[in-house]
Amino acid sequence: MRPFALRRSFPRPSLWTVVATVIASVVLLPIVTVLAHVFIPDGGSWRHLADTVLGDYIGNSLSLMLGVTLGAGGIGIATAWLTSMYRFPGRGVFVWALLLPLAFPAYILAYTYTGMLEPAGPVQSWIRETFGLAYGEYWFPEVRSLGGAVVMLSLVFYPYVYLLARAAFLEQSVCALEASRTLGYGPWRSFFFVALPLARPAIVVGVSLALMETLADFGTVDYFGISTFTTGIFRTWYGLYDEVAAAQLAALLMTFVFVLLGLEHWSRRRMRFHHATNRYRALPQRRLPPLAAWGAAAVCFLPVLFGFLLPFVQLGIWVEQTWERTVDERFFTLARNSFVLAAVAAVISLGVALLLSYGKRLHPTPWLKGLVRLAGMGYAIPGMVIAVGVLIPFGWIDNTIDAWARAYFPEGTGLLLSGTLFMLLFAYLVRFLTVSLQSVEAGLSRIKPSMEEAAWSLGASRGETLRRVHLPLMRGTLLTASLIVFVEVLKELPATLVLRPFNFNTLAVRAYELASDEQLADAATAALTIVVVSIVPVVLLSMTISHARPGHRDRKAA
Amino acid sequence: MKALLLVLLSLAVLSFGPHAMASGEVNLYSARKESLIRPLLDRFTRETGITVNLVTGKAAALQKRLEVEGRNSPADLLLTSDAGRLYLAKRAGLFQPVESEILQRAVPPHLRDSDNHWFGLSRRARIIVYSKRRVRAGELARYEDLTDPKWRGRLCIRSSNNIYNQSLLASMVAHFGEEAAERWAAGVVANFARPPRGNDRAQIKAVAVGECDVAVVNSYYLGKMQNSPDPSERSAAAEVVPLFPNQADRGTHVNVSGAGVTRYAKNRDNALKLLEFLVSDEAQRWYAASNHEYPVKAGIEVSSTVQAWGYPFKEDALEMRWLGVHNVTAVKIFDRVGWR
Repeated sequence: MRPFALRRSFPRPSLWTVVATVIASVVLLPIVTVLAHVFIPDGGSWRHLADTVLGDYIGNSLSLMLGVTLGAGGIGIATAWLTSMYRFPGRGVFVWALLLPLAFPAYILAYTYTGMLEPAGPVQSWIRETFGLAYGEYWFPEVRSLGGAVVMLSLVFYPYVYLLARAAFLEQSVCALEASRTLGYGPWRSFFFVALPLARPAIVVGVSLALMETLADFGTVDYFGISTFTTGIFRTWYGLYDEVAAAQLAALLMTFVFVLLGLEHWSRRRMRFHHATNRYRALPQRRLPPLAAWGAAAVCFLPVLFGFLLPFVQLGIWVEQTWERTVDERFFTLARNSFVLAAVAAVISLGVALLLSYGKRLHPTPWLKGLVRLAGMGYAIPGMVIAVGVLIPFGWIDNTIDAWARAYFPEGTGLLLSGTLFMLLFAYLVRFLTVSLQSVEAGLSRIKPSMEEAAWSLGASRGETLRRVHLPLMRGTLLTASLIVFVEVLKELPATLVLRPFNFNTLAVRAYELASDEQLADAATAALTIVVVSIVPVVLLSMTISHARPGHRDRKAA
Repeated sequence: MKALLLVLLSLAVLSFGPHAMASGEVNLYSARKESLIRPLLDRFTRETGITVNLVTGKAAALQKRLEVEGRNSPADLLLTSDAGRLYLAKRAGLFQPVESEILQRAVPPHLRDSDNHWFGLSRRARIIVYSKRRVRAGELARYEDLTDPKWRGRLCIRSSNNIYNQSLLASMVAHFGEEAAERWAAGVVANFARPPRGNDRAQIKAVAVGECDVAVVNSYYLGKMQNSPDPSERSAAAEVVPLFPNQADRGTHVNVSGAGVTRYAKNRDNALKLLEFLVSDEAQRWYAASNHEYPVKAGIEVSSTVQAWGYPFKEDALEMRWLGVHNVTAVKIFDRVGWR
């Protein structure tokens, strides 16, 4: 038996702290590289930006965030609550179908809807022909607008909120809700005063993921002609040729994220959300009266219809028109590349997230907490900025080693890591670590510390406790985390574009290259493949949510 | 499970590691999209036996990658779809000069770098299209006419984030100075039918459907729409008339796609061979026929679609590097006049 009490009394940093610190620092490297530009004098663009367009960047980014909070948050919470608590027609299908929009890259959705709804598209053409009207004689909402962008982004990002909120609702012991009922709360009040506050950490995580994605989005806002931070960074870099000012804009964007993360942290300050009781019982699902049941079905159907079915059918039509020229032998290589890359990235991201969050749980020093929090910021930073942040240190390391090696043999070592898949995988880790980190942390926070204390007192080491107690308890959470990263990497574009090795293409690269050239129909095959491949993990995801429900089956570990 | 992951990981890293710099290869960083360059590269490989390894991406990012990789960069050639970018890459010291009789003869002086760092490979014109129903021929003839108040609420053009608009305005700065260019940009903004959105094809469709009456687009987009497999694109293209602006004075604004041999090219000879191949009659014809661009080399026929618009036309003979020199000024003007 190990003397834990004794070890704790020594201030010597443990192995866990050291490992977590080192990993978090390495992941932070690209972010620090970008932030370091703040201390370089810029090329005079900052004054110009502040005088002209900076207000637009901030205003539009804030409006988008507000819109997506309402849109994605509203859809996500409502559908999660309905599918967790009630029985209504189609509920079994909605449980997993509501996740499907996650499979769509936001810019593909934007291009598809524009193709359908623009004035020259089939819908408005039909209106004009049927009613004998000319353009301008009838009202039709403009897709390519701020409102349109909010709808697009809400449709693809609400599944994060749904996913986490539903998991939280299901994990709530029915006891809490029953207690609220016996105290005289009706269903609405139970929802607002008991279930929602209990699920708040999960909902906040979901909404902040959606918001960080919103801030990092480039494809949609660029196509819709909306000036945001992301398009501003690109414009400053491309157009004003001022890398430094671009990096400073990125730094300003990061402060937004920091505020977001701070808010999230603040919202669960000093609150503990593990259950006090060990008695879980499956939630009994209430049958709704017919009218309400159909209403609930409609609420769940609409997001699936607009976020998945309609664009899916449209892509399908395009594929049907073009598959003969778009499916060649190269296409299967693309699919394989995408799949392997996404799988490996998901595993790495999960492993790192586990190390960091467990290290933090063991030794919650302010230093380590801050570091881990910072390491998760990559999610809100546009992929291209991350790519540059990765390129610079890797290039420096490679060239330094090479210069050193040349002293001993004339050929040197050349580039060891730059231009390899290793670098690309590292960029994915930086970009998507938050996704797995937040899920894992949420999962860990629901496990009572008394669990591991029991394991330690029985003589298990830290690592053993993680493996034999936490991992089995969190199986659902872990699978969720890695599947989301998998789908994210499958869709990721800007970093992949810049960092990939020679002759290495992915489905997202192919889809984007064609779509950005407005060869939308030709892009459809690759886009549809991304969507179809993502359906498998998405369905797996929904199965794990149901299975991870406490009380649903026996627990081996406890 | 663990073993499987390990295998996957090592498989991934091994099979896609950095390429050996053996002879018989050339490594290309291309800002032109794969579908617009791969067929040509495949032909080059068939004819010479030299394998071409390709990474495509955004020009600024590829340039950054080249810069950071420094003397160990595997890239032998950098190819971009805009002259301003080539100027910048030269200024950053990323190219080396190459002496080639073939390149000198094929590429006219104003479409290449005066120190032989880079060479234009294909041209595109930024033209005006107008509605054949709502605009009469002769109602406008110059870029300057777009600021006429009679076009108020009738003009469509894409966002100024786009490099083609930046280059167009840069050419005006080069010709008339910053103030005149700013007046022009402000006049265009005043005539916008809608805030800029969508790509060049979207502007053509907007004219066809009646959202606006005139638009500014790159020539090859119209060529591609006229030959599109999609009937709705063909019928939209049939609604507009192409107009080559400023034929009576300085000529229509053109831009080039082009490439240069990198400073630390390991396969310099192969890179030069590829560059020379890209200005060969065969390659120049391919650009013209499949992409509806204009060849840089004299005496190469354009596609029948493009021929029908009138060729040759008078083009602005401004040296390409000025587009790069004035790019920053142009973007700042756009910001000031509220052209987003």
